[in-house]
Parts: sequence; structure tokens; C-alpha cells
Amino acid sequence: MLEVRDVRKAFGQREVLKGVDLQVERGDVAVILGPSGSGKTTLLRCMNFLETAGGGTMTFDGERFQLGRVPKRDILRLRKKTAFVFQSYNLFRNRTALQNVTEGLIVGLKIPRDQAERTALQALEKVGMAPWRSYYPHQLSGGQQQRVAIARAIAADPEIIFFDEPTSALDPELTAEVLSVMRRLAEEGMTMLVVTHEMGFARSVSSRVVFMEDGRVVESGSSRDIFENPRQERTRAFLRLTGSLPDNPSSK
Amino acid sequence: MSERLFAILTDSFWKILLPGLTVTIPLTAIAFSLAMVIAVAAALVQFANVRGLRQLARFYIWVFRGTPLLVQLFVVFYGLPNMGVLIDPFPAAVLVFSLNEGAYCAETVRSALESVPAGQLEAACCVGLSWPQAMGRIVLPQAMRTAFPPLSNSLIAMVKDTSLAANITVAEMFMATQRIVARTYEPLALYIEVGLIYLLFSTALTWLQRWGEKKLGAYERQEA
Ligand SMILES: Nc1ncnc2c1ncn2[C@@H]1O[C@H](COP(=O)(O)OP(=O)(O)OP(=O)(O)O)[C@@H](O)[C@H]1O
Ligand SMILES: [Mg+2]
Repeated sequence: MLEVRDVRKAFGQREVLKGVDLQVERGDVAVILGPSGSGKTTLLRCMNFLETAGGGTMTFDGERFQLGRVPKRDILRLRKKTAFVFQSYNLFRNRTALQNVTEGLIVGLKIPRDQAERTALQALEKVGMAPWRSYYPHQLSGGQQQRVAIARAIAADPEIIFFDEPTSALDPELTAEVLSVMRRLAEEGMTMLVVTHEMGFARSVSSRVVFMEDGRVVESGSSRDIFENPRQERTRAFLRLTGSLPDNPSSK
Repeated sequence: MSERLFAILTDSFWKILLPGLTVTIPLTAIAFSLAMVIAVAAALVQFANVRGLRQLARFYIWVFRGTPLLVQLFVVFYGLPNMGVLIDPFPAAVLVFSLNEGAYCAETVRSALESVPAGQLEAACCVGLSWPQAMGRIVLPQAMRTAFPPLSNSLIAMVKDTSLAANITVAEMFMATQRIVARTYEPLALYIEVGLIYLLFSTALTWLQRWGEKKLGAYERQEA
């Protein structure tokens, strides 16, 4: 459904993405793993045009685009089929929880207000935030804000949701709260591309894993392959370091 | 207080207040409204980094913040006629005050725009808003909330600065006072009186500011 090839991005002289390939099928929960600074955030941002990639191609629903040269109109159109959940939630601070969700529906998708509010309320219910609908972001905990952000993402019924470390600003309890919402979305068949350091979540929920380092994909494959039978030494080392792989994988 | 002085003060009070209501306040209101339009435009082209327009905005701010208001008034009112451009006193004052104020307020608005976390603009674009929609609906309203106290400050300063318009023959409060002084030779009492009327205007604006801040405070963040 969504495929990128040879994505490149440099900040000044510094090459951050050095030709990344990645493919997500409908219903996939693809997880991107990798050490800090490996370019995971940059990759997601390039795929949603928050950064302009230096090169590469994207195929979305059979439509092909030259990254870095996508017209504004197409970007706006593609964004209506995708959603993004940020590490820092980025809720609109001048909007209530409900208005955070309806904003994109009413202004972006031109859905009539009453219908948008109904849709938004359903989305808030799904993440357990309906009772807080008229609260402003500053009145909500981090976990609650992130759940509203997820409601905002799912309300527009996107074909894919990008998550960039949605829980890394949260303490363990709130992390669990957000992860359980994401787990439920996954069970409902939502297509998701998730950058995370939550190895437990990655292992139990994801269908595909991409391991990145230094702007390249080191290894990718089904979740089971990567977690149980990683081929690259680098992947093994990373998984061992994060306690996701027994110290001696060959002895199992 | 002598009876004569008392009579002069009560008599002049209305004679000073009237141009205050018919000239000082309209001049301030019109010029400040225009200044806001200029300020937001100059701040936005810098924030969006529009090539050419950004440099133009910087140049404009540099000139109008870097030269005295009085000099600007004289250039427009006494200088431009040399080039065949004749402007009546009131419109000339409106022009200069709005350009001058706009330059200062542009900086206030720009820094307020920059204080809104960039992630909200990105999030707005991600949910399908265009850049102008995201700015107009999400970023600018928050920036204006932040900018409101310093902008109120500028407005209060401007009310007082309009007294400079007397120098280009605008018949505002200060000029009215000068005329009465010339007739009655009571400078001390009369200049204090006009000062008190300015104080009255400033106080009213301070109240207005407090009321406005309360209205705008609905989504005010204490601490995230
Ligand atoms: N706007 C930017 N300007 C310059 N360099 C940047 C910018 N954004 C990211 N980088 C650099 O690009 C590299 C990759 O950053 P990125 O945020 O994509 O890594 P990441 O894999 O998401 O890391 P983390 O796990 O810490 O979030 C880093 O070295 C970073 O310093
Ligand atoms: Mg990152």
C-alpha cells in the first residue's frame, strides 16, 4: 500500500538518510527500531512531507511520487489519507479535546460540523477520552493528551498512521495507557508505522520490523524473523542490548 | 484656588476633552488598527521567510524604529510637499503613526509567533489544514494572546505620543491646551490638566487590557 525507495535526506553536509527502502501493506503494524540518531524520525517526517526529502520515490495506493518534487496540492491530498502522532503530542492549545479532533475534519476535510462532532466523539470514546472532551490540553496529563492526539489521528479515517515515539515523553503508567490504545487499533486492523523504543510492544504487536542504523536499513522482515532469528550481527547486538534477545540466541 | 483659575480649569476641561474625543481617540484608534494590520503582515512574511518580502519587512522596521517619530512626522507633513505630495494634517498623522507603530508591533508579533511551539503548525498541516489555515486558526490566535500585553503597552504609549501630532497642526488635545494657555497664561494648571486627561485615557485602556486578558485567558496554560 505504501512503499518508499531510496529515500535520501541531508541536513547541510550531513547525510541523515542514505537510501532507505520501506514497505507497508494494508493492516500492517510496522515498527522501526534503531539507535538514537539513526534517522527514524527523519524518515517518518520525509514520508509525511514535514521534511523535504533529497530524493527517492514513494508509491501510495498505486500512485507514484518523486520525493522532493511533490507538488503542494498532492502533499495536501496525501496528508488527508495519513495521520501523524508526535512524541510531544502537539495538541492545539487553543482548542478543547473535542475541537482538536474536529479541526481537521471541519477545516481540512470539509465535513459539516455536527457530523464532524459525532465522528470526533466516537474517536474520543475509542481512546477513552470522551469525558474530557471539553478540556483544554493544559488541563490534561501527558497520557491523556497523547490519547487525544491519537483520536485526532484516527478520526479522519486515515489509511495509515505514523507514530513517532508516542510514549517516550510519558512515565510507565501513562505509557501503558497509550500502548493499550495502540494495541486496540492494531487489532482493529489499522495500518500503522511506528517508531518506538518499547520493545515489548514492538514484539507483541508488530507484524513487520525495520531495523535502522546510521541512515540505512540494516535488516527488515517479519516481526518473528527479526525477534527470533535476526540475521545481522548489528541487529542481534541491538536486541541483546535492549533485553529483547537471549544472550546466546543459537542455544534456544 | 482662585475663582478665576477654577473657572478657567472647568471651562477648559471640556475644550480639551472634546478634541480628545474627536481627534486623539480616532487618531489612535485608526492608526493603531492599521499598525496591527502592518505588524501582522510584516511578522508573517518574516515568519514564513518569504523571499524578498522578508527583506522588505526588515528594511521597513529598521527605518521606522531607527528614526525619531517627530522627524517622521516632519518629513511627511513638511517634507513631502516639496515632491508635490500634499497630505492633510490628520491623514499625515495617521500615516506616520501607523507606520511607526507597525514597525514596533511587528517585532512583538514576530516574537510571539516564534513562541508558539512549532509542532502545532506541523500537526495542523498533518490533519489537512493548509499553511494559511493552520496559521490563521491555530498559530496566530495563540501568538496574539501572547502578544496582547505588550501590544496593549504600545497602544497606551501611542495615545500619549499622539500629542506630537500638534507639531504638524493636528488640532488634538495638546494643541487645544496650548491655545488656551496662550490666552490665559496659566501653563502650570492647564498642562497638568491635560496630563490628567491623558492619564484618564491610559487608565481606561489599562482596564480594557485587564478585561481583554481575562477574556483571552480561557485556554491559558499555567504549566504543561
Ligand atoms: N532539523 C535538523 N537539522 C539538522 N540535523 C538534524 C535535524 N533533524 C535531525 N537531524 C540529525 O539527523 C540525525 C537523525 O535524526 P533523527 O531525529 O531522525 O534520529 P532518530 O533515529 O529519530 O533518533 P531518536 O531515536 O533519538 O529519536 C541526527 O544526527 C540529528 O542530529
Ligand atoms: Mg526520533
